[in-house]
Amino acid sequence: MTPNAPLFPPSASELARQVDYLFFFALAFSIFFAVLIAVLIAVLGSKYRRRHPDEVGVASDDHAPSSKMLELTWTAIPFGLLLILFGWGTWVFFHQMRPPDDAVEYWVTGKQWMWKMQHPDGTREINELHVPLGRTVKLKMISEDVIHDFFVPAFRVHVDVLPSRYTTYWFRADKTGTYHLFCGQYCGVEHAYMVGRIVVLPPKEYEQWLAGVRPGRPPLRSGEELFAANACNTCHRPDSSARAPILNGIFGKSVKLLDGKTVVADDEYVRESILNPQARIVAGYQPIMPTFKGVIPEEELLQLVEYVKKLPPPAAAPQETR
Amino acid sequence: MTMSDPTNPSLPGTAPDPPGYAPVNYLNETWGLKSWLLTLDHKRIGILYLISVSFYFALGGLMAALIRIELATPQGDLVSPDWYNRLFTMHGVMMIFFFLIPAVPGVLGNFLLPLMIGAKDVAFPKLNLLSWYLYNIGALFAFWALLHGGVDTGWTFYTPLSTSYTNTHVIAVGLGIFINGFSSILAGVNFMVTIHRMRAPGQGWFRLPLFVWGIYATSLIQVLGTPVLAITILLLAAERLFHIGVFDPKYGGDPVLFQHFFWFYSHPAVYIMILPAMGVISEIVAAFSRKRIFGYKFVAFASVAIATLGFLVWAHHMFISGMSVYAGAVFSILTMFVAVPSAVKVFNWTATLYKGSVLWETPMVYALGFIGVFVIGGLTGTMLATLGLDAHIHDTYFLVAHFHYVMVGSAVMGYLGGIHLWWPKITGRMYPVFLSKVAAITVFVGFNVTFFPQFLLGYLGMPRRYHTYPPEWQTLNVMSSAGATILGVGYLIPMLYLAWSLKFGPKASANPWGAVGLEWETTSPPPVHNFATPPVVTTEAYDYRARAAPAEVPVGG
Repeated sequence: MTPNAPLFPPSASELARQVDYLFFFALAFSIFFAVLIAVLIAVLGSKYRRRHPDEVGVASDDHAPSSKMLELTWTAIPFGLLLILFGWGTWVFFHQMRPPDDAVEYWVTGKQWMWKMQHPDGTREINELHVPLGRTVKLKMISEDVIHDFFVPAFRVHVDVLPSRYTTYWFRADKTGTYHLFCGQYCGVEHAYMVGRIVVLPPKEYEQWLAGVRPGRPPLRSGEELFAANACNTCHRPDSSARAPILNGIFGKSVKLLDGKTVVADDEYVRESILNPQARIVAGYQPIMPTFKGVIPEEELLQLVEYVKKLPPPAAAPQETR
Repeated sequence: MTMSDPTNPSLPGTAPDPPGYAPVNYLNETWGLKSWLLTLDHKRIGILYLISVSFYFALGGLMAALIRIELATPQGDLVSPDWYNRLFTMHGVMMIFFFLIPAVPGVLGNFLLPLMIGAKDVAFPKLNLLSWYLYNIGALFAFWALLHGGVDTGWTFYTPLSTSYTNTHVIAVGLGIFINGFSSILAGVNFMVTIHRMRAPGQGWFRLPLFVWGIYATSLIQVLGTPVLAITILLLAAERLFHIGVFDPKYGGDPVLFQHFFWFYSHPAVYIMILPAMGVISEIVAAFSRKRIFGYKFVAFASVAIATLGFLVWAHHMFISGMSVYAGAVFSILTMFVAVPSAVKVFNWTATLYKGSVLWETPMVYALGFIGVFVIGGLTGTMLATLGLDAHIHDTYFLVAHFHYVMVGSAVMGYLGGIHLWWPKITGRMYPVFLSKVAAITVFVGFNVTFFPQFLLGYLGMPRRYHTYPPEWQTLNVMSSAGATILGVGYLIPMLYLAWSLKFGPKASANPWGAVGLEWETTSPPPVHNFATPPVVTTEAYDYRARAAPAEVPVGG
């Protein structure tokens, strides 16, 4: 058990340790049953070994109360243990899949075969993500092509990264260090090379790191800039003369559609409305918006959706000059 | 196959034939390639399957060997990433669709099912031969694709990788699997009808050997599940060729939908591979304990329960695919349910040894090895079914180790145990006792050395389908590769001595193990029509009390 050949992975979050406790429980009862069966086979198999070529066994009476009791026992005990495993596992999983409210959002775009990361301030990294110790980090993830999977063994969580839909990964690193990042879903020729690192830094060093790399890595254009550059603002204006729905304050609200249905304006809907505007038209508007499919890359879509999300409700909207 | 001259069974200088050895039998009553390729005899069709599955097993094994050699070092140095991906994909396709699924039902099921129920043949002999041809035509498509560069999507064919991003032979391999599916469906229908309609007089459902129950449960899955696979492959091909927009988000499809369709078949398919092997284990444990299986009805119903529940757990392959966490919880608990009948089987087999007359013959070594390996495979399966754990070990080597414990450890060991149990019946020849035990132990040791380190690698976080890996994981990978070498030797030895036994093995009597079962009541090898007089069943299965002649004293307490 040299340091060069570890038998157990490092853990870098409280939740990772929760997974380990769950694993030890499952391991304990697995070892118990595996040893029990192995010992029974060895003992019974030698105690009752054939001593005469014509010998036959003594058939058990399946209808005897003792036989029925045995069957009931070895049905009920594993069943009970499995229910505990299920309950505990589900409890851990719900925590793994649901980021806490204080999470700071980072963005991840997967493509064959690299990870593109964005910090909240727009700083970009490839195949590496620096995060400050103790910060609850929430990754909003999407793929540009096939299904990928964000997997950091030190956090003990995988989450698939899908084309066409956002998924979320979160962690709160509590140990500084550098940790493996893998693509956990087979994604084509160079799948094994779609790997990277998560670097957990003390908060101060993180700020220094950000300040150090920022000048060399121009951030993406902000959502506001993209909103103007793609001419979204010519129609989606926060005034009554708009030819398109007013987006201010719309995020998270129910919207009535042309076909009478309603939809919640979440990030999926906003993303879809940019790429495929005809899919779900808001009631009272004409289907005149052109598609931006293939025009706006996923990374910029993330910024745009974020911008729409943060648009203040109309009353509080700053009056634009006409 | 057997070389005895029917007119002169005891050549000068050779021992007389043992009782129940038949010099004239299904193997030599007719001669020539045509008599084999156009045979309607279930026993000969079983042998045709034996030849085919052995070929694809060897092919899949060769690819596994190359994979393990590549993984002996952290860098990619033996093959390019391209070829590595094709190797593990074709390894999976060959082993699953062309070896594991047809192996036990095709070889042992075909040979034994009619014998065990006292029938002359299966219900539809022509359909039976057609199944073998469809299987081989399907396999040829896959083999053609392999020779032309193979396919690199993983055996799971996940979209949109398989529909829009790979330029390998997805359609050819898909077509092969599609055609092979019809073989599976026809075989399932055939066996089900045979079991329903052709049992010997007096052989009620609860007098059937448990192998027959296993085959019945398997057939149920084949008939109900395989059409879904066929539909899925057609949709996949249509998406790839015509961009119909079902699976690829670029055309408005849902990539995760494919996974639901795929696993709806492919999870139950796991039980197609394991249930018949479990049936074999029941036969071996009964034969070498000379005792009725403890809790016969529980074991029989456990097969049906596994086959039924097996249809309700498919999405446990998709916990982290972006599916709702509540759906995850439902599939997790249903998966826990399916673990219970498997545990029940293990306990009942073990309890059968109690007050048995246990003989550690070669098949029994395989069977007891199976139980040990299956316990580990099953228990690690419950870990993967636990949501919070799956989030970490999903698609890592932990999963790879788990399913190899179930499919290689258990299913292949069950298959080999069955081959060793019935080899005297199939060929009329015995194999070397000591060498075969050495081989069985070699398989057991080699298997565990190969796959146990992979559990550790998986928990460390090594993802499956990786051509390279971080250097700190090399020690465990080298262990695994070393184990694979032992395992390879363990598989090679039986191939050699079984081939040797065809000509040089001592002739077998009708019932060399002193076991109970209709298949042991006819000659070795059986005559073309199986039984001289149609048997009548008057006792339950494995009734060794009825068999015990005065000389055969039951053991005391």
